Amino acid sequence: MEWKHPWLPITHETQTDMLKTISREKLEDLFCNIPDEFRLKRDLDLPPSHSEYEVAKRLQYLASINRSADDGRVFLGTGAYPHYIPKIVPALAGRSEFVTSYTSYQPEISQGMLQTLFEYQSMLAEVLQIEVVNSSMYDMATALGEAARMTVRVKKGRTRFLVPGTINTEYFQVLQTYTEPADIQIQKIDYDTKTGLMDLNDLNAQLGDDVAGVYVENPSYLGFIESQVDEINEIVHSAGSLLVAGVDILSLGILRPPGTYGADIVISEGQPLGSPISYGGPLLGIFGCRMDRKLVYQMPGRLVGLTRTEEEPHEQGYVLTLSPREQHIRREKATSNICSNQALAAVTAAVYLSTIGPKGLHELAQTIAYKSNYASRVINEIPGVSSPAIGNSIWREFVVRFSEGSTAYDIHEGLIKNNLHGGQILTGVYPELGESMLFCVTELHDLQTIDVLVETLTEITEGGA
Amino acid sequence: MDKKSVSDKKTRQAKWDEPLLFERSIPGVMAHQVPIAEEKIRKEIGSLDSLIPEAMRRKGYPNLPEVSELQVVRHFTRLSQMNFSVSLGTYPLGSCTMKYNPIINEAVSSHPGFAWLHPNQDVRHAQGALELLWELEHWLAEITGMDAVTLQPAAGAQGEFTGVMVMREYHRCVTEECEQRNEMLIPDAAHGTNPASAAMAGYKVIVIPSSDEGLVDLEALKESAGPNTAGLMLTNPNTIGVFEKDIAEIAGIVHESGGLLYYDGANFNAIMGVVRPGDMGFDVVHLNLHKTMSTPHGGGGPGSGPVGVKKELAEFLPVPRIVKDEDGFFNLDYDFPRSIGKVKGFFGNFGMLVRAYSYIYSLGYQGLKRASEVAVLNANYIAYHVSRIRGFSLPYSQDAPRMHECVISAEKMKEDTGITAMDVAKRLLDFGIHSPTVYFPLIVPEALMIEPTETESRQDLDRLISAFQAISDEAYSNPEHVKGAPKSTALRQLDEYRAAHPKTLTLSWKMYQENKDE
Repeated sequence: MEWKHPWLPITHETQTDMLKTISREKLEDLFCNIPDEFRLKRDLDLPPSHSEYEVAKRLQYLASINRSADDGRVFLGTGAYPHYIPKIVPALAGRSEFVTSYTSYQPEISQGMLQTLFEYQSMLAEVLQIEVVNSSMYDMATALGEAARMTVRVKKGRTRFLVPGTINTEYFQVLQTYTEPADIQIQKIDYDTKTGLMDLNDLNAQLGDDVAGVYVENPSYLGFIESQVDEINEIVHSAGSLLVAGVDILSLGILRPPGTYGADIVISEGQPLGSPISYGGPLLGIFGCRMDRKLVYQMPGRLVGLTRTEEEPHEQGYVLTLSPREQHIRREKATSNICSNQALAAVTAAVYLSTIGPKGLHELAQTIAYKSNYASRVINEIPGVSSPAIGNSIWREFVVRFSEGSTAYDIHEGLIKNNLHGGQILTGVYPELGESMLFCVTELHDLQTIDVLVETLTEITEGGA
Repeated sequence: MDKKSVSDKKTRQAKWDEPLLFERSIPGVMAHQVPIAEEKIRKEIGSLDSLIPEAMRRKGYPNLPEVSELQVVRHFTRLSQMNFSVSLGTYPLGSCTMKYNPIINEAVSSHPGFAWLHPNQDVRHAQGALELLWELEHWLAEITGMDAVTLQPAAGAQGEFTGVMVMREYHRCVTEECEQRNEMLIPDAAHGTNPASAAMAGYKVIVIPSSDEGLVDLEALKESAGPNTAGLMLTNPNTIGVFEKDIAEIAGIVHESGGLLYYDGANFNAIMGVVRPGDMGFDVVHLNLHKTMSTPHGGGGPGSGPVGVKKELAEFLPVPRIVKDEDGFFNLDYDFPRSIGKVKGFFGNFGMLVRAYSYIYSLGYQGLKRASEVAVLNANYIAYHVSRIRGFSLPYSQDAPRMHECVISAEKMKEDTGITAMDVAKRLLDFGIHSPTVYFPLIVPEALMIEPTETESRQDLDRLISAFQAISDEAYSNPEHVKGAPKSTALRQLDEYRAAHPKTLTLSWKMYQENKDE
């Protein structure tokens, strides 16, 4: 019997007929250019085909043995943040007209995607208070790598890039991979081990006419708010360097946007804008800059611009623009090799921001501020536990330090036994923080669960002492 | 073939007068109620002013649209209707493999066990995800003939960067000729990402010209390959859709020079289960799961660009690697001191990897091979029939069969009638068919690169051919009619010059408002 599959509509009979019309005898003839010595003369060693029911069952099984974090009992952040996703967000962004389209190379027939991406660029520009945001990068980690390379292109001849000593460890690793082949030296700036704030003396000392850019994170990887942004802005620009700000997008409901403190380039992680954590991907790299042609022409990634139809009556429309920066035109002289980006995650972010609106963004940032500060405060009351162990003001994430015998690993194990998952273990990564974990609290963590967390931490630390 | 089946009178794209959502905003209207903190928490914490240093407080709300839930639904539903997609019609965009994106794959990836799994959760909590990744790595290794695979790269171009960085690390650590081997050889017909990725990794790009047959020019390759060669990046089948039959010689030349051979997997849809890069002498390969393995393109992404390597190169792959111990327990292993490091946050575009797993599991070994066979059959069917239509031709290696795509030239049509490849592309839109890739590869004048894929039915293929026939008839009888296209799309041709001009450049609502005020 002929092997068939629902996604392959050409039957053997149709095939025979088609071959006849193109004067070929058999299918095999079409592969005659492939040297016989290389032809695979066996079946691929893969599972056989399965019915849709069997596929669903297999994937259901694999999903079911993971422990889903949707019950608000997992306190992890560090670059992928669990937040509530309004139901209309996946319903709209998941429409297959968006999902199954390619990059909008033919604008006349792709206005839906182009306008949505223009709205994404526009809404992010408002939240960040910066004029230009591209239509997406892979994630914030790679956005940082691209930002560092961009500062070196803009500030020709300068080859150093400074980062805060408290930088997100994962982003730091990606930054190194991206900058090493471009001969960019990455150096860390000291920080105050109590407040976490950047050591401005060290920043001044490290700056020089070979520094292309300086990176600040706000809130920092360790959760505290970097409050010296005006001073940093002045110091960095006096040295002729560019300021790159990495910000948390939801925090901007209540925190000062980076465009107001002189950031030349802004990056952020857009996953919290309506995308699930999905084991760390797809994420969404937000990438913006000031409207300065020296910057915009060096920007990586695709940009959607407003225009109008060529002929009258002129109608407003959207196209991909400034593409001579890109690889398909400029090849090895392109600003980046990026081609596919995270467009659908950008669509998701546009729908999300349209849905929660300006007041919703503000209230959500407030809710997170309340809950994370509450959690930090009650955890701090546990004997032998200090929180936040670094920084004065925190938002969403905070470092919890354990003394008196309990290791972060003991705490982690104890929480797991109680169907809770603690924060990221930092022990060893920041030796001055001792036995510590980075907790993340969002609107998904309710009062009851936070209290259960505190009770459980109390029991574990008492047992360990 | 039934020519009556295509007509620009029978099809048109939806069109809505849909302004930017900013223009619909009315202060005070809301589309969603966000959760607020419990009363006890708010009481306990008191004013937020004490928590946020004054210098860091946002003054006022961001200027986002204020609209109702229904307005959001209508806005994006209307916009979606003004967006062509695989779900709506034939999308023969060459090199992009716009095949059907199965609904089941979307469904399974949104299971809470996947969608709500945090990447830093204890590996004991993520055994299902790790098993899926581990198995997928092994399947992709088998499909490509490689020994080890990383799933971390987010897209094809990132896969290229990763692969080239791995080659560079190999030259640094193994041949110890990293500094000397600073040239990457790339054929002139290659995708733009190849030279861009090589340059990003610090390489000087050496362009290898194509022969009269549109294949790698062996003599030119021999001249360029030498002690400075890090490797050759090759797409096979190449971008004109023809298999590089001299691959054994090519691999020999590159390897004898001490370089490595890189396989650009953009065109992998032609060869699944037929021939494997690893067996042809390639050392590194990237795949585009959003092409070959049917994960959707999402209007530009997210994609996924896994990289496979031969065992001598495995230690250089990005960390973490996924490992399985003797008890069948899956873990993440960071202990590869010679790894290139990380190229992306966490483990790659996991949601896409779930979809690719589901795709391979559904088709199985029989289906992957059959998919490639049919993709090749369909492309040859199109190449044969379209190249026989007046004004079109099939340049280079005319007698060689095409693989999964073909590049048609409209050069004759342009000479005869003034109608260009771009005009043809725009006119196709009027028939409810997406245009092919145009003006690529650069070695073909007036290029129309057509990739029908295996999921199109014979009727759809015949409709595509009929559309080319109808456009040819028009070009030779009433070329002005073609030139004005498209007419049945939401908008007519757009002014790209104006979009990019410094005086009118508008990249956001913010810039629009500022320009207006000037």
